[in-house]
Amino acid sequence: MKTMQPKHVLLFVLVGALFIGTGFVQSWNTALTIFNMGLVSAIMALGVNMQWGYAGLFNVGVMGFVALGGLAAVLVSMPPVEGAWAAGGVQVLLGLVLGAATIVGAILVWGRMRPGRMRGIVILIILVAGFFIFRAVFDAGVARVESVDPALTGYLGGLGLPVVLSWPVGGLLAAGAAWIIGKTALGLRSDYLAIATLGIAEIVIAVLKNEDWLARGVKNVTGLPRPVPFEVDLQANERFVELAQGIGADPVSASTIAVKLAYAGLFIVVLLALIWLSEKALNSPWGRMMRAIRDNEISASAMGKNVKARHLQIFILGSAVCGLAGAMMTTLDGQLVPGTYQPLRFTFLIWVMVIVGGSGNNWGAVLGGFLVWWLWIQVEPIGLMLMQGITAGMAEDSALRDHLLDSAAHMRLLTMGLILLLVLRFSPRGLIPER
Amino acid sequence: MDFLNALVTLLNFVIIPATAYGAQLALGALGVTLIYGILRFSNFAHGDTMAFGAMVTILVTWFLQGAGVSLGPLPTALLALPVGIAATGLLLIGTDRAVYRFYRAQKAKPVIYVIASLGVMFIMNGIVRFIIGVDDQRFADGERFIISARTFREMTGLEEGLAFRTSQGITIVVAIIAVALLFWFLNRTRTGKSMRAFSDNEDLALLSGINPERVVLYTWLIVAALATTAGVLYGLDKSFKPFTYFQLLLPIFASAIVGGLGNPLGAILGGFVIAFSEITVTYAFRRVVSYLAPESWQPDGLLQLLSTDYKFAVSFAILLIVLLFRPTGIMKGKSI
Repeated sequence: MKTMQPKHVLLFVLVGALFIGTGFVQSWNTALTIFNMGLVSAIMALGVNMQWGYAGLFNVGVMGFVALGGLAAVLVSMPPVEGAWAAGGVQVLLGLVLGAATIVGAILVWGRMRPGRMRGIVILIILVAGFFIFRAVFDAGVARVESVDPALTGYLGGLGLPVVLSWPVGGLLAAGAAWIIGKTALGLRSDYLAIATLGIAEIVIAVLKNEDWLARGVKNVTGLPRPVPFEVDLQANERFVELAQGIGADPVSASTIAVKLAYAGLFIVVLLALIWLSEKALNSPWGRMMRAIRDNEISASAMGKNVKARHLQIFILGSAVCGLAGAMMTTLDGQLVPGTYQPLRFTFLIWVMVIVGGSGNNWGAVLGGFLVWWLWIQVEPIGLMLMQGITAGMAEDSALRDHLLDSAAHMRLLTMGLILLLVLRFSPRGLIPER
Repeated sequence: MDFLNALVTLLNFVIIPATAYGAQLALGALGVTLIYGILRFSNFAHGDTMAFGAMVTILVTWFLQGAGVSLGPLPTALLALPVGIAATGLLLIGTDRAVYRFYRAQKAKPVIYVIASLGVMFIMNGIVRFIIGVDDQRFADGERFIISARTFREMTGLEEGLAFRTSQGITIVVAIIAVALLFWFLNRTRTGKSMRAFSDNEDLALLSGINPERVVLYTWLIVAALATTAGVLYGLDKSFKPFTYFQLLLPIFASAIVGGLGNPLGAILGGFVIAFSEITVTYAFRRVVSYLAPESWQPDGLLQLLSTDYKFAVSFAILLIVLLFRPTGIMKGKSI
């Protein structure tokens, strides 16, 4: 890997030291928790880096793609709900097919008919009639599905397949959404893509929150199947307990750490595979073409490169990686909670990672992912300590003191904004620059 | 009679709220469009600028309320508004000095400004949450209604009431004043004219001796006034919650783009287009139809096209349609 220089290896060692330090100072459990999310964040940062670093595309809808990945985890791994399919599942699907057919029909008519008032009227009739047929079929189905034991299920459930399968499926879902957005907004000003992605992210979250038949909405889906054993099973396993006692560890904490290590192992495999693929791609003729397009679209298109098609391709690829990471994250959490998807955390924080790490460089994005995620977690206790220091001299019942202590949690937003601005100003190429 | 009842219901639940919301969006979109026209980037910190302005205004309002000052039937927040505008103006000029000026000197690409505005957004968001917290804050006082539903019913003898809230009335009046002032400034004053010249053709404007820093300074001041006003009006009409202001970014951007980025008249039109479609599509028309349709045709359902949770989808769909068919917006904006 030609891009890794000794000082960059040193940066990785330093970030590693942060995690090891966390292990010694706080606990290994905490360090591994942060590390696992760091792995997921690094993969998200890789996805955004593909779009921004290789091609200069500005995607601020990362949250939406991540959430689609989370949805995939539910749809693939949860067991199908008994009775829900019989009650109205088929009808719901039929409704969706009718809705899609309406849109396809309108597009076909648009292409076939000559421009003019007639075309507008026909399209309007198709869309309006299609919409009401869709709602009639779909709403009835949804009502029946949601009435199947609403306290526990009330949704269609999934396919009951191994949860690891949902990772590529999450990528596919995100790729599909990216195709729709890319088809519309690519080829226009870069700001338009930004705003369109911002919108799709909000809509994906709204769908997840409101479509109870799909993934229970705000009632959340909990208890997703896991790709690794449960802690209690390990504690019940004699060989594991012997092993733990053999190294002088308490079986309970050993089991939590073993589970986290197992997740980390799975994630590391995915991360390394992605880095390998992206490095290969970046250093291939394809990667050179992408960078040529990014640096000068006009001359690239003069050389016969189809700028819009390449942009669409890289946009879909990057979004798919974000979706993959989203499915992994939901697997790690073991639950899908639509209310937790916040744009500041899932879109803009990933951007800070890419900019800080070094846009255009895969290793940089990964480093940024780990470093910024560690900071995001640790700034809160550091902020609280700082506030305690500031307020130490104040009276116990001072309202200002209470307010400052309560507000310490918001320090992380300030810190992240400051870091982003400082890096952008003084080291715009990031910690590990592109070349 | 039934027809009048239907009309009143429509006015009460669709037309009046949409007009007030449209005015708020228009003020927000005017700020976005001005920054786009003069500084040439989409400012992602705009929602949080609105939140900051509203926050300062709320704090001053609380202080005034505590001191026993009030405007009688009008909300005290109107008295506090100038302070909010001044504070936001200072903040924006400070941000410009600390962040954007550097990139102007470098002649950086627009997307770099946008990323810088993300950083600014984080910081402003942090400041607002740090000072006032994340919870809902209500600060409206004074008379609640210009016409309450009951008075209207007694006055007219209709079955349906028409409630016209003070906050809605104030929103519309203040928005009209603000827009009139803005257009007067842009069209009649020397500084306003130099701003338009700068927006139309930067090189020519520089050649004719317009001082770009001065233009930028005035732009930020005007944006501060517009954003604070929009934020306070929205807060009076609904309630103040920092996260809602962040989410307003999408309808505001949609308004500005639909109208044509960089075109102030377009921003106003876009604001109303978005507000009216959002409310019409998410309103349940059952009551209106029940007055108009004959007995046997009474609707069973709510007659709601989309649930209110999908209001973002409406602004988004309009945005996509405009981008697909007319990327420069309804009224011609800047280049695509």
